[in-house]
Amino acid sequence: MSKLRKKVYLTAGYNTVSFGTGRKEFNPKKPRPGIEHYITEAGRGSIAQINDAKNIDEGVISNFMAARFCKQGNLAGFIPEIDPALEYKPSTRVEGACGSGGMALVTAMKTVLSELADTVLTIGVEVQNTVKAIYGADILAGAGHYASERKEGHAYFFPAKFSDRAGVYYQKFGYEPTRKGMALWYEQMIKNARKNPKAQEYQNSIEDLFGAGMTPPNPKAFVENLNIYDCSKVSDGASALIFASEEGLKRLGINKKDAIEVVGYGQCEANLTKQPEDPTRLLTTQKAAEKAYQMTGLGPKDIGLLEVHDCFTITGLLALEAAGFAEYGKGAALVESGKTRIDGEIPTNPGGGLIGFGHYVGGTGVRQAVDCIHELTGKANGYQVKINSNRPYAMMISMGGNDKTVTAMIFKKAE
Amino acid sequence: MTFDERLQNVAIIGAAGKMGSGISLLLAQEMARLKNRPENKDKNYKLYLIDVNLDHLAGLQQYLKSQLVKAGEKACVMLRQMYKDREDLVENQDCINQYVEDALSFIRTGTDLSIAKDSKVIFEAVLEKKDLKVDLLKKIDNLCGRDTLYLTNTSSIPINVLNKEANLNGRIIGFHFYNPPAVQKLAELISTDSTVRELKDFSMELAKRLNKKIVPSNDIAGFVGNGHFLRDGLYGLREAKKLAKDYTLPGGFYIINKISQDLLVRPMGILQLIDYVGVDVFQSISETVGGYIPGEDLKDDLLKKMYDKKVLGGQRSDGSQKDGFLKYDKNRPVGVYDIDKGEYKLFDPQGWSGEIDKKLGEYPTGFFAWRNLVADPKKNDKLKTFFQNLRSSNTLGAKLASAYLKNSKEIGEKLVKTGVAKTSEDVNNVLLNGFYHLYGPINDYI
Repeated sequence: MSKLRKKVYLTAGYNTVSFGTGRKEFNPKKPRPGIEHYITEAGRGSIAQINDAKNIDEGVISNFMAARFCKQGNLAGFIPEIDPALEYKPSTRVEGACGSGGMALVTAMKTVLSELADTVLTIGVEVQNTVKAIYGADILAGAGHYASERKEGHAYFFPAKFSDRAGVYYQKFGYEPTRKGMALWYEQMIKNARKNPKAQEYQNSIEDLFGAGMTPPNPKAFVENLNIYDCSKVSDGASALIFASEEGLKRLGINKKDAIEVVGYGQCEANLTKQPEDPTRLLTTQKAAEKAYQMTGLGPKDIGLLEVHDCFTITGLLALEAAGFAEYGKGAALVESGKTRIDGEIPTNPGGGLIGFGHYVGGTGVRQAVDCIHELTGKANGYQVKINSNRPYAMMISMGGNDKTVTAMIFKKAE
Repeated sequence: MTFDERLQNVAIIGAAGKMGSGISLLLAQEMARLKNRPENKDKNYKLYLIDVNLDHLAGLQQYLKSQLVKAGEKACVMLRQMYKDREDLVENQDCINQYVEDALSFIRTGTDLSIAKDSKVIFEAVLEKKDLKVDLLKKIDNLCGRDTLYLTNTSSIPINVLNKEANLNGRIIGFHFYNPPAVQKLAELISTDSTVRELKDFSMELAKRLNKKIVPSNDIAGFVGNGHFLRDGLYGLREAKKLAKDYTLPGGFYIINKISQDLLVRPMGILQLIDYVGVDVFQSISETVGGYIPGEDLKDDLLKKMYDKKVLGGQRSDGSQKDGFLKYDKNRPVGVYDIDKGEYKLFDPQGWSGEIDKKLGEYPTGFFAWRNLVADPKKNDKLKTFFQNLRSSNTLGAKLASAYLKNSKEIGEKLVKTGVAKTSEDVNNVLLNGFYHLYGPINDYI
């Protein structure tokens, strides 16, 4: 695969708090900020780090289902609400279910590469707490194939999809080691989240995290093979960053020490109407990671920071295998080895991941890239990773649906 | 007649009251579940909800709708199974809406008893007044067939009295739900020597279907639950009066409510519980039970005084707490009633109530509030340690609480001794499941 035709940088990252159950200030009975609040908070948080909003050429906004969660479409129209300087500038909304954020990153990157823009404000947002989880499950099920899957599907559609994967995986690789790996994943993610004041689980005070993670599933009330701790939460929030060319960085007044560079990427789309070929593997994730490795000539051994899409603990393990960090069937063992811990060899989701930080669905891919900016530029504060000089690259994988819409991106600190 | 056949036609009398509405909800849910079984598709289900007040019946319909939505949301995994053959019901929302519609479709409300003439099961949940219950039971039994079974939610009137005076020949049983019926796991079951076998079996099966824990009680006024609650509450009032000498009566109320909640590690203090049940209801229980147990003084003049001043507690239709012995803001006590002045004295941590707190003394080490222990798997060990410390503490609060615990234990033991409860375990089960206590009154803590 060809290289990127020119250098593309990311800078000025900003995450809002991931809001929902778990945050002490969250009260489902009280009114909450709407989607425009999150978009403007994140957008203004990013713009505050540059010299002037007028230097932004375009906007991209990713979101999954605001049309149903918030009865709101036409989201590109909120970009000018962030700053009057953005009025009449081009903006595009993209959607790829939970992988929408990754899609926004690629769209912004391609816009810079097209040379039609030098700076692109990139935002990802979702507000889900407008409905109860049981109705949210209906909405999120739209990431699958409605016509062939919804009627037969579970009340908790997506948890059940990954519960089914977990069930097959248990049969193949054993229940005990897998369950233990999932519980350890939960423990690691919550411990990471406790270092990140914006994480939904920042205030989590469960004493025995591993014990909680080992809770037996309750199929009567939920799904067959997952407990509630295996699941990312229902979240409201947004993230923003700016894509820029070399020229763009100059115009924004951004020093390169505050930016990271895209080294390469892989983007894959799988047929939504087909069931997974092998439930124990994330084959689309694997393909996207392989493409990114191919473009960059890098491999897992070069990655010193990993951001994976752990919408469920089992998905975290499968992603480690799909991206080549663990052999097939050895994801749980890798987690158990401690290598994925914040102080491990391959720090993974140091800000808490989807399990600990939260999962504002259409914004998560952008959030992952913001965390890569913060980590590689040394601005992650409490959850800062010590980047190993032998592994100077960060990789993020954004996944949508049941491993259908995947973007992998590899970054390094800008030079 | 099988259990399922009987549940095709049910009536609830007093359906719009606090207990009746909960019972209506539980029955509607179970009947909706039955109706949706493939083999019952063509059967005709009817749930008649009868009450004297049309406005209350309208409120009941609103309540049922909102509660059925909540129940449907909670049981959606099961609902999707139930509606798996309905091609038109795809999303959770579709299934929940259908479930609510199905349940409401067989409900008929009215003020006229005659609408229940074909019912095979009748629940009675009217006011706790014997003559009213007897009168209604007689009237409706004249309309219904001789095979109709009656379940009464009375919490204090002996079942044999209702059976005899309404001439029901053993077709009545006490099936005493706890408030709120949709939430509380407990039901006391009270049969008499003449209760027909089919009714006993029906009641056991019903409890199973409604996921209720049955505790049997003998047919002695007040049964186990109110047998304990009444005496426990009266003890609290009498202690408050003793304390009034030094702390005034409102001060006594404050102390008794506080120690019975905090130092007894209960979900609410005894006066708050009386307010929750309703001062008038508590008084009515006191008079009813007192009437059947002549040797024991089960009345208190404070109840009459409160009743005369129409300060009655109880809840509004939205579930919020009305003022009674205590004044409430957002369901939390914020003041206490001064009967002589006819007004509330607000708690004042910097003033009078703060002074009393100081006199009650520091809480013994190991203290946890009820809400902090309720989900704690190590609660028994923690309670044991705390109560040990309570016993050895010399503060006023600890002494009052120890005496309260001792009295509560004696009430429980007496219920067993006098044959109201069969075992100590039954007494403890009632308090654990019907009153949300963390421990039974008959324990080794005291």
